[in-house]
Amino acid sequence: MAGKLGVYLCAGCGIGEALDLGQLAKTAEGAGASVRRSHAFCLEDAALIRADVEGGTVNGAVIAACSPRVNRDVFRFPEAVVERVNLREQVVWSHPPGAGETQSMAGDLLAMGLACAARAEAPKARAQAAERNVLVVGAGMAGVSAALSAARSGLAVTLVEREERLGGYAARLYRQFGEVASFAGAEMPAIEEKSAALAALANVTVHLRSRVVEIAGEPGRFKVRIAAADGTEREAIAGAIVLATGWRPLETAKYARYGLGSAPDVVTSLELEEMARHGTIVRPSDGRPAGRVAFVLCDGHEDDAHLPYGGSVASLVALKQALYVRLLNPHATAFIFYGDLQTPGRYEYFYESVQADPGVMLCQGASVAVKRREDGALVVAAEGTPLGPSVELPVDLVVLSAGMVPELGAAEPALNLRYLQGKGVPVSKFGFAESNFICFPYESRRSGIYAAGAVRQAMDLAAAERDGRAAALKAIQAIERSATGEALHPRSGDLSFPGFFLQKCTSCGRCTQECPFGALELNERKNPVLNVNRCRRCGICMGACPVQIISFSNYSVDMLSAMIRAVEIPEAPADPPPRILVFACENDAYPALDMAGLRRLHWSAALRIIPVRCLGSVNSILVTDAVSRGFDGVALLGCRPGEDYQCHFIQGSELLGTRMVNMRETLGRLMLEPERVSVLEVAISDFDKLPAMLEEFVDTVQQLGPNPMKGF
Amino acid sequence: MAAHSAQGQAALEAYPGIVVVGGGIAGVSAALEAAEAGYDVTIVERNPYLGGRVAQLYKYFPKLCPPYCGLEINLRRLKDNPRVRFYTMAEVARVSGRPGNFEVTLRLKPRYVNDRCTACAACTAVCPQERPDAFNFAMGKTKAIYLSHDLAFPMKYAIDAESCRLSECARCVAACPYDAIDLAMQPKSVTLKAGAIVVATGWDPYDARRLDNLGAGGLADVITNVAMERLAAANGPTGGRIVRPSDGREVMSAAFVQCAGSRDHNHLGYCSAICCLASLKQAVYLCERNPKARADIFYIDLRTPGTYEFFAQKVFSNERITATKGKVARIGLDQAGGQLVVEAEKIASAEKLRLAVDLVVLATGMVPSLAGGGIAGMPAPDSDGFMSEGEGIFAAGCAKGPLDVASTVQDAIAAAALAVETVRAAARG
Repeated sequence: MAGKLGVYLCAGCGIGEALDLGQLAKTAEGAGASVRRSHAFCLEDAALIRADVEGGTVNGAVIAACSPRVNRDVFRFPEAVVERVNLREQVVWSHPPGAGETQSMAGDLLAMGLACAARAEAPKARAQAAERNVLVVGAGMAGVSAALSAARSGLAVTLVEREERLGGYAARLYRQFGEVASFAGAEMPAIEEKSAALAALANVTVHLRSRVVEIAGEPGRFKVRIAAADGTEREAIAGAIVLATGWRPLETAKYARYGLGSAPDVVTSLELEEMARHGTIVRPSDGRPAGRVAFVLCDGHEDDAHLPYGGSVASLVALKQALYVRLLNPHATAFIFYGDLQTPGRYEYFYESVQADPGVMLCQGASVAVKRREDGALVVAAEGTPLGPSVELPVDLVVLSAGMVPELGAAEPALNLRYLQGKGVPVSKFGFAESNFICFPYESRRSGIYAAGAVRQAMDLAAAERDGRAAALKAIQAIERSATGEALHPRSGDLSFPGFFLQKCTSCGRCTQECPFGALELNERKNPVLNVNRCRRCGICMGACPVQIISFSNYSVDMLSAMIRAVEIPEAPADPPPRILVFACENDAYPALDMAGLRRLHWSAALRIIPVRCLGSVNSILVTDAVSRGFDGVALLGCRPGEDYQCHFIQGSELLGTRMVNMRETLGRLMLEPERVSVLEVAISDFDKLPAMLEEFVDTVQQLGPNPMKGF
Repeated sequence: MAAHSAQGQAALEAYPGIVVVGGGIAGVSAALEAAEAGYDVTIVERNPYLGGRVAQLYKYFPKLCPPYCGLEINLRRLKDNPRVRFYTMAEVARVSGRPGNFEVTLRLKPRYVNDRCTACAACTAVCPQERPDAFNFAMGKTKAIYLSHDLAFPMKYAIDAESCRLSECARCVAACPYDAIDLAMQPKSVTLKAGAIVVATGWDPYDARRLDNLGAGGLADVITNVAMERLAAANGPTGGRIVRPSDGREVMSAAFVQCAGSRDHNHLGYCSAICCLASLKQAVYLCERNPKARADIFYIDLRTPGTYEFFAQKVFSNERITATKGKVARIGLDQAGGQLVVEAEKIASAEKLRLAVDLVVLATGMVPSLAGGGIAGMPAPDSDGFMSEGEGIFAAGCAKGPLDVASTVQDAIAAAALAVETVRAAARG
């Protein structure tokens, strides 16, 4: 507990002109805090705060100045509790100066800050030695690349591959298409060189013909069991994991309409690689050279063989293989049937170089079919191609794009996680190891486990190589942060973590279910056990717990509740001004409010805003607390839930939505209108609309009249 | 509030730092990921703020979510991490040395505002001069002393020396309560040591004025796709209203012209990779903002690789958004003077089309920022202006090739990994 509170009242940026700081100082002194004032605490006077903290006269600094999003480095005092009271952006920049309601708001916010700081403690890391060893599962291009990069960055690597050699599909290619060095023509596959480089490194242990049968534990110290084909089992400790299990071809049955499996001269692009590596492209039916080869991209929406997530790989492979046909037999002709050729970026040059070859015909068209003529000849029929409105083209060989299906294990999940939430990694609707973030493509719901390569997204070899390397850096990061007890993305560096008052735990298990990251396991008494390095410190467990036994040293239901109680509710007999509590997601809604303030947009002075780590961390009891205290309404500002969710903790706003059902029931029991509590979806860019959205809610609440529980 | 512990980090202290040139999404991602793995990083950014091009986008495809959202998280990571330092209004003048031991010389332009600035805005209230708003592609104006945008970091004002009368005026100096304005500030040179360098200098929009058949520069209602992002944004020049630049009327129909400069050897030989998706996204902006409006997209190939295909399907489920496989030959002005006329030819049938619209959006491509010339001491850019890599010098993001944001971040982290490998190898000797 911060027993020695210091309040730092800043008069800068208009605060001093808009507010009666003397009155605020009295509030602070009344709460037993020392008070200092400055015209700008962010400048030289920051030293005053530092001196108080370092001299031990203050262990809880309540800085009533600008937003907590500003001057974070200036006001960083790790030894003390630091509570920022946002008088600048959210009071004086957004409310009329000198008004009584503006002053009340400032007074309440200061009292809230004091109440919170008095109950908080500066977080102390739970740090333990971390194993500087990266487990890489899968030794195709992505896996080999990850292993190489981690090893070159000084970590030990354990590489597990189910096949008997390194390289995966990359090692089965005749040539690969070039991305950077040369856009014309195809190049030798880079995998051989990389595999050789890996073999030369001392800190890499390779387990071939092996699989991972179990992973338990957490980042910094995963316990891994690896089984070899001969049945022997080994154990290893890994600090972090790269999942690079690659892809498998789409099943043959999906290509039935093209005759794959029934017509011998219809093959997949994988089989063509095999032929090319052996030096000749022939018709499997009779072994004669294939002079006319048709590539069918299978990219029509109605096509069973069409994978809607195939990326540009199929287009690029067809272009490359058309070159094989020409390279291995200069008299041969290649036809490519496609809808839209996906050759983004500088692959355009590769496309052009293939297009320039007179022996390659690019046929854009619709409804491509493969038929057998009465004389037994194989025919590709297409409509609307440059060769004519309706063509039937006799060919020797038809090559179909092998669809890349993410390989996350069929019978057994690839990683076999011993997690209460399941053995597999969470997957997207397309079956890829999930990350729904554009800005953070490696962030998933399993801390310290990073997917790379075709298991994350359909990608070509150059991209898989980069992806493996990037995932390796994420793995190194997970290990280093575990060693210091700091949180991973998005609360990078946070040292706080949830504690559990287990004497009161009812073993309901809700926290373990709602944690988006599977950080909580149950012990034999059905009590939650925290794996701190899996935890992202969002507080969703704290919001979920029906008996409120989960808290952080600097963030808890008790602190939030104390902040609610610190607000003075006007109870004048006639028409008291309303008071509305707002919980705002600190990642999006709260910055949006700050930006509205920066633009000097004004909003209702009835609002008392509390930033929360995630809307999902708001416990239902807080809403009940607020209405029992006499707040007329409660607004919860959070991110978009659902398929295209924007919540940085994945499910926070969704879970809150579910809890709202119960909250409304509670309101009903208290004989209050459910409209008094509302969830508002706010994006960070809604700063221009936010004041009006809030005004509308205030209006709705005002129409309901004052909370009848006021004063009880 | 996060605090940082040095525990367990002692072993990493010996490694030389990494310099990241460019503070857009690629540079910021590369820097943060290396720093959070325990390495010291310095970002060098030419703008007065970090965040680069993504800060100017209204929404990302395919989620149609605001770029500020991820930027806010990245900026918080950056503010809380003492391992990341940065210079704004800075460019690299030259590089010398070897992997493990580079010297990177920076040229810092005067900001005329020092670190004492609190962003209180007292200066803009008194500033009598205006400048074209660079953040909004010169649509609209700011005062000569300005904060670049709502999420600008560092949250410090800057003075545009080209518009400011400096010591001849100096009203802002008198108005500033914090002694934050220094009109005598001079350009400075700073030299950094680096073990490895990541070049993430990003891209500029292709100069549409070179596309004279498409009317850019001559016809007011022909705009570029980057300008469209600003028109749709709440902090853009119109407050988010999509209106015609010529008369401020609400846009009821727009044509999107794909490959405006891209896939054309007279302009950019390559495909810029993002423009098809950007136009799909912008068609949605238009139809959301102006519910009766129509959007027509003219394209050669619709490049929506991978899961983006779902996005395209979702966009086309709106019947007011259509796409025509056809090449636009010319854009002119209707005789009556009101609307633009798009003349195009359908690729499959060679049928000629004329379409009258309120607004034309040119899907202009990406030009690497290094296309104007490379950096002394670094490998020269290739014939397209994209970065060539050297020993200990790695390219990331659109400096290397046209990429969407997710691929840029992937590429940036991969480049950061190479930089980490390099500084580790240097320490081994």
